Amino acid sequence: MSINWFKYSSPQTFFPLAGRLALGFGVLALLACCVGLYLGFFVAPTDAQQGEAYRIIFIHVPAAWMSMFLYVVMVFWAGLGLAFNTRLSGMMASAIAPTGALFTFIALWTGSFWGKPTWGTWWVWDARLTSELILLFLYFGFMALQAAIDDPRRADKAGALLALVGVVNVPIIYFSVKWWNTLHQGASVSLTKAPSMAATMLGAMLIMTFGFWFYGIAAVLLRARCIMLERERTSDWAGQYAGGAA
Amino acid sequence: MIAALRCVIVRDLRLAARRSSDVLTVVLFFVIVVSLFPLGIGPEPKLLRTVAPGVLWVAALLASMLALGRVFAADHADGTLEQMMLGATPLGLVVAAKVFAHWLISGLPLVLISPVLALQFDLSQELLGVLALSLALGTPILSLIGAIGAALTLGLRGAGTLLSLLVLPLYVPVLVIGAGAAEAAASGLGGHAQLLLLGAMLIFAGAFAPWAAAAALRISVE
Repeated sequence: MSINWFKYSSPQTFFPLAGRLALGFGVLALLACCVGLYLGFFVAPTDAQQGEAYRIIFIHVPAAWMSMFLYVVMVFWAGLGLAFNTRLSGMMASAIAPTGALFTFIALWTGSFWGKPTWGTWWVWDARLTSELILLFLYFGFMALQAAIDDPRRADKAGALLALVGVVNVPIIYFSVKWWNTLHQGASVSLTKAPSMAATMLGAMLIMTFGFWFYGIAAVLLRARCIMLERERTSDWAGQYAGGAA
Repeated sequence: MIAALRCVIVRDLRLAARRSSDVLTVVLFFVIVVSLFPLGIGPEPKLLRTVAPGVLWVAALLASMLALGRVFAADHADGTLEQMMLGATPLGLVVAAKVFAHWLISGLPLVLISPVLALQFDLSQELLGVLALSLALGTPILSLIGAIGAALTLGLRGAGTLLSLLVLPLYVPVLVIGAGAAEAAASGLGGHAQLLLLGAMLIFAGAFAPWAAAAALRISVE
């Protein structure tokens, strides 16, 4: 039995599949987010120390995880595109970047909402906060570079190289900021959560993570479909879909 | 091969000598930005002493970034770059030579002038050496990382601002550790750890950045 591994590596065959997958993952994301938010906001008990303010973690933590995870996925596609010179990989990488930046932004924004009542400040130059901010800048740099290059093939390759350089730098940034932080501020607020977490809290957070993950997949595939149509607009199959939609 | 690299370095230095105003602009920018800070935050010596390493580092970082556009632009415009790509010498080595020449032109002057500027901030004399040493180890890293960004943005519209967006986030570790060296020395801890880390980063960047920049050049010029 032989499997054609490359069947879906061409935009023409991937386009309908992406549409079906996006729909499925979109529905799953909606379900998971509804269940997760209900569990998080109505079922999970109030935290003894932080009161109701802790409930932001049901959005904050999954968004922060996704922001980092999506960068790695973006680098994976970008690297694949650079190594095998496939068109679709570059399209996937550039489709992931805006969603990743969105999650990074949500993580920062909800983090400061959480920080104000708990720490008494919107922002501290903590290691995690600073590296998350720099991650946002890396996403912006990737998108700005791709937007500035007219030729899509060059844009894909240049973005891929930048993403790869960025991913080498991310751990260095994280540790440098951590050391800098510990060198400067003596006793700062620790971000480590209480080790014992109620099972409902953990469950709601995990369900929200899956909800965000599925949302990420659906949004990326939808955006990839747009990119495919835009780049392949001269081909027959794209004209067929574009014509059908209009 | 060594002869080819020497040729690249000598050529770039000679070109810079013929257009010495370019070199001076970078140094003047550095001096002016550093001098603006006491005007902006007030001339209190204690405050200035605290912020001096950070201010000098940020100013050096901005100044070396301003100069980045020139690493490949002129060679790209007149076709020399394509000849270098076709040549027998590996492109990564040529890029390394060009970055070294670029650092001699735009980084070294900043290192040499930094003790004078640090005196304006009333930094104690023991710290001057640490600060200059941290800049001497750090500015080549800035040039090496910057060369990747310069190669990626070669020939694009709005390349200057785009370059800063790409390169500045990647500069963060160098800035943190570089400025940390003088601050750690000031607090009595000694800046050895930071200087060693900077040295390690310089070796790492020197080994990999030229090849990444060479790959970026091939993408930009193809």
